Amino acid sequence: MKARTMMRHFKESFKSIGRNSWMTFASVSAVTVTLLLVGVFVLIMMNLNKVADDLENDVEIKVFVSLDATEETIEDLESQIVKMPGVESTDFSTKEEELTDLVLDFGDELSLFEQSNPLFDVFYVKALDPQQTEAVATEIAALESIEDVKYGEGKIEKLFNFLNAGRNVGLILILALLFTAMFLISNTIRITIVARRREIEIMKLVGATNWFVRIPFILEGMWLGILGSLIPIGLVALLYKKITEFAQPRLSGELFQLLEFTPFIYQVSALILLMGVFIGIWGSFMSIRKFLRV
Amino acid sequence: MIQMKNVYKKYPNGIVALNGLNVEIEQGEFVYIVGPSGAGKSTFIKMMYREERPSSGQMFVDDIDIATLKNRKVPMLRRQIGVVFQDFKLLTKLNVYENVAFALEVIEEKPAAIKKRVMEVLDLVGLKHKAKMFPTELSGGEQQRVSIARSIVNMPKVMIADEPTGNLDPETAWDIMNLFERINKAGTTIIMATHNQQIVNTRRHRVIAIEGGLIVRDVAGGDYGYEG
Repeated sequence: MKARTMMRHFKESFKSIGRNSWMTFASVSAVTVTLLLVGVFVLIMMNLNKVADDLENDVEIKVFVSLDATEETIEDLESQIVKMPGVESTDFSTKEEELTDLVLDFGDELSLFEQSNPLFDVFYVKALDPQQTEAVATEIAALESIEDVKYGEGKIEKLFNFLNAGRNVGLILILALLFTAMFLISNTIRITIVARRREIEIMKLVGATNWFVRIPFILEGMWLGILGSLIPIGLVALLYKKITEFAQPRLSGELFQLLEFTPFIYQVSALILLMGVFIGIWGSFMSIRKFLRV
Repeated sequence: MIQMKNVYKKYPNGIVALNGLNVEIEQGEFVYIVGPSGAGKSTFIKMMYREERPSSGQMFVDDIDIATLKNRKVPMLRRQIGVVFQDFKLLTKLNVYENVAFALEVIEEKPAAIKKRVMEVLDLVGLKHKAKMFPTELSGGEQQRVSIARSIVNMPKVMIADEPTGNLDPETAWDIMNLFERINKAGTTIIMATHNQQIVNTRRHRVIAIEGGLIVRDVAGGDYGYEG
């Protein structure tokens, strides 16, 4: 195909948007409404996911070292734990440091324990994959000179089950919403193309090839998708700006945070735009197929 | 130009439209196709631009084998022939100029050449001054002239017209016939299906009568041969 012809197709697709203003409006509104829904939903799901990740990453194993352990044993222990395949990091804290932390948290009354410190030396261990915490803890417990291992047994399993269920439900909902969106939009585009089947038939009768007929329609679908994604992008960005402005000061220092406004909002905008373009092109392509058989 | 040998056409619903039809039409001829409704005229016409294909038999249009022509190649066939319809089949959203130019854009003609050629044919059909108007703003006769302009703009060797005067008043119908005669004089083969007795009996040309899917009469300079 010659470049000149491609230019013609571009011009034609623009003209067609103007000449079919009513159909343009119908398709663009359908795209707008669905992409807005998808956009808001993506905001919610991505943030829930972030919160889940933050909570998970907060899970750590507390390893109590036996009182009879010598300094060498402790160094040896540390190197063994670090070498374990599922371990991300370890942090050693002596019983004196532990007591200082306790005093900081619970007050000076506890400082009387300074004469006879009842605490243990402790390793704080983080698992590479938080969901593997239990396995890592079991492995560490099997080592020599370990008094006890604690990682919130029972509670974190529940937390993980809950978070995983939440993620799966969210994914299913997003997929269902996307499917509905594609169906709705391709139907709207189909209606606008059905109204133009005569036009397509005539083009074919004067000797236009299928691609000659198809390309302007596909370009038109693409413009519709882009037009339909503008309002959702604007509204979603505005909404998220407001949410982060409201939530960020209130969440500072908490275990979990929302996703930062940038670059998250650029990613969401790009996603909405790409979906609009894809849905527009796909909708036109599928709808025009049956009318080309003249 | 056009050869048909034992062309047989049966539609999926069981109706036999053409029942072993044989005909040969030479370059530059003017041929009327007549016959009662449902006799197979439209099928005969539609096969020439491969809207229908023969169920069996051989058919050639300008040496293109219609029976085996691949779908992909159909646009090439349609660029060799101009088709004029009873209902004009103009693109209502394009103006007169754009409608005619469309047939040249399809073959990726140069813009300057398109402009020149479109103005030429619009002049020929007497619509140069209405180039910017849209089909809905034109009378039936004017719309048919636009569709004729479109069919001849890429200089086809053959022009096929299916009831071109069917929707027009008698006076306009004569204008259209004059136009056809001029196009035919310039060397274009014209095949015209019609019910217009007066035209066939006045402007004498070869008449092919089709009944029951067969040619029952083929007379050079013949008359319409049916009542009304």
